[in-house]
Amino acid sequence: MNLKLKALSKSIWVFHVSAGSCNNCDIEILDLFCPRFDVERFGIQLVGSVRHADALVITGAMNRKSVPRMKRIYEQAPKPCVVIAVGQCALSRHMFRYSYNVCEPLDKILPVDLYIPGCPPKPEAMIDGIVKLVNKIRGIKK
Amino acid sequence: METRDKIKERLGGKILVWQENSPRRVWFSIKKEDIVETVRILFREIGCRFSIATGQDTPEGLEILYHFSFDKKGVIFSVRVLIDDKLHPEIDSIAPLFPGAEWIEREMWEMLGIKFKGHPNLKRLLLADDWPEGNYPLRQNHES
Amino acid sequence: MSHKVIVPIGPYHPLQEEPEFFQLYVEGEKVVDIDIIIGYNHRGIEKLAESKHFDQVPYLVERICGICSSSHPYAYVLAVEDLFGGEKNVVPERALYIRTIIDELQRIHSHLLWLGLAGHFIGYNTVWMWAWKYREPVLDCFEMVTGNRNNYAMYKVGGVRRDIKDEDIPVLKKTLDELVPALDMFKGAVMDDPVIQARLKKIGVLTRQQVIDWCVVGPTARASGVNIDIRRDEPYGVADRIDWNVIVEKEGDIFAKTVVRIMEMYESVSMIRQSLEKLPRGEIDSNIKDIPPGEGIGRVEAPRGECIHYIKSDGTNRPIRHKIRAPSFMNVASDKVAAVGGTISDATITLAAVDPCYCCTERVTVLEKSTNKKILNGWDLIRLSQEKTQKLKEGLGV
Repeated sequence: MNLKLKALSKSIWVFHVSAGSCNNCDIEILDLFCPRFDVERFGIQLVGSVRHADALVITGAMNRKSVPRMKRIYEQAPKPCVVIAVGQCALSRHMFRYSYNVCEPLDKILPVDLYIPGCPPKPEAMIDGIVKLVNKIRGIKK
Repeated sequence: METRDKIKERLGGKILVWQENSPRRVWFSIKKEDIVETVRILFREIGCRFSIATGQDTPEGLEILYHFSFDKKGVIFSVRVLIDDKLHPEIDSIAPLFPGAEWIEREMWEMLGIKFKGHPNLKRLLLADDWPEGNYPLRQNHES
Repeated sequence: MSHKVIVPIGPYHPLQEEPEFFQLYVEGEKVVDIDIIIGYNHRGIEKLAESKHFDQVPYLVERICGICSSSHPYAYVLAVEDLFGGEKNVVPERALYIRTIIDELQRIHSHLLWLGLAGHFIGYNTVWMWAWKYREPVLDCFEMVTGNRNNYAMYKVGGVRRDIKDEDIPVLKKTLDELVPALDMFKGAVMDDPVIQARLKKIGVLTRQQVIDWCVVGPTARASGVNIDIRRDEPYGVADRIDWNVIVEKEGDIFAKTVVRIMEMYESVSMIRQSLEKLPRGEIDSNIKDIPPGEGIGRVEAPRGECIHYIKSDGTNRPIRHKIRAPSFMNVASDKVAAVGGTISDATITLAAVDPCYCCTERVTVLEKSTNKKILNGWDLIRLSQEKTQKLKEGLGV
């Protein structure tokens, strides 16, 4: 197994990008770091700069103004970098699909590794998704 | 004196149509030349709070509704203005009167293409910088 | 000596319909000007609403903002019911009570959320953790009553979609009973703490005249002595049948805004308790089939202020114009006067005080104007703010 990938699966540092969401998903992501769910016990931490991040968590329907910003953030992230799409908007643009200001679904813009559907997904669903991703990186089949 | 009587008295002949659908909703229309004076009277003299303005594309032309809230009585006064020139719509800006109207005029400018004369800072608010000129999303003929 | 630098804050800003990108112009420590750039979250909801049925629009507008996901649909259904001459003409009694209960529960969860984030910005991470811990039972109530933690889908034209079951009522009451001691704790922690007082008083002041000129609404306006509250001025739901008070403070600083929000939570608890006591039996929906032509305006007091929707119908099954004004559209613009004159370490809390966002401040960078070189990032700004609190603490000997 690639050493870089192995290191990545240990303690995931997350940078959170909201690209035109209604912030339900964002609040639920922040909720993950609060006492009830507390993912910091797994070593998952929210970081302030994308240059420290192992994973990008992206929420929201991509709009014309935020897509260039998001691409720039992805370029700045150290590779290998995992991209996690949270919420129905990031997956398929949801009900904003036919809007004049929303362009493409996220996986046409960036390579997405993990999709977490829901509007918004429950924090338990996000934890479940991250566990599945870590298992996949480590090559554990379940 | 009732607020609505006071408004009727102060505005006098400027009011073209006066309409009350329910006790808390008053709609009246004025000519577009009178807008700044009307807004000044409503905002400064009567003491209404500016809630928002709605711009819309109607078959007769572009229409702006200025919604003023009179909080002591819970009444909304909506001032209706019609701009019939759809190719070069222009109206006087009310932003010099009070800064709270700046953003909504910028929004109506980019969404409907209404030019506000005398606006201190008329630039894009919501749309991207590379949005094509002359493409107004809230016009009825807009194709997305 | 004067060396002007730009501090961009943003642009990602997920808390409202409009995310913001603040550019602070600073000289040394002092903020001299501020530029607010928004539009990173613009999804064209007003245009999309014109392509949906009257029954589909509530689902769309509740996704404007995840935290006001009761206020926007409520304002929309009020606008449509305005075409029938008002909410009380068409909505059954029981549905009115359920509407108020959901709306006030949302206010509690939103104010707790803001309180936690405000605590985080000034270096009280414990407040953040505790506030969000006590927010969870409120979200559980939502899940129990509406089926989802955040998007409730409760409102429809002419009633509500789901009933509150009899067995849910004791659970709701118990949650409220358990919430009150937590609120007492926050009240004590904020109002009696000398450090918080030194940190928040006389910071980010909005005067009464500025509030009027910038058309500011909600708790931000009430903290500056402007006595407006849509629940009292134009009662909706059962706000006119139960006892509660409008909280008004005079100072206009961030401390006053915090106090207004904390005291409002007590009022909301009391409103829900009274509504649960009085909850009558009966229908929850009046099965409206046709929407008459005309124009209607609906407004509610969202946690952040007046939320107003305008609907124009031509008698078909779709609105031909739907205008939405979220409270932050007005409040955020007023940051221009609140933040100027303060220091950078106060900027995060000043910009957060109107309850717009946290997420933008996580992505703050300080740029040197001439070279565009990055010298500070978002974490550093929060750190600056937290260090200031630390220094104050040492000075006070706490």
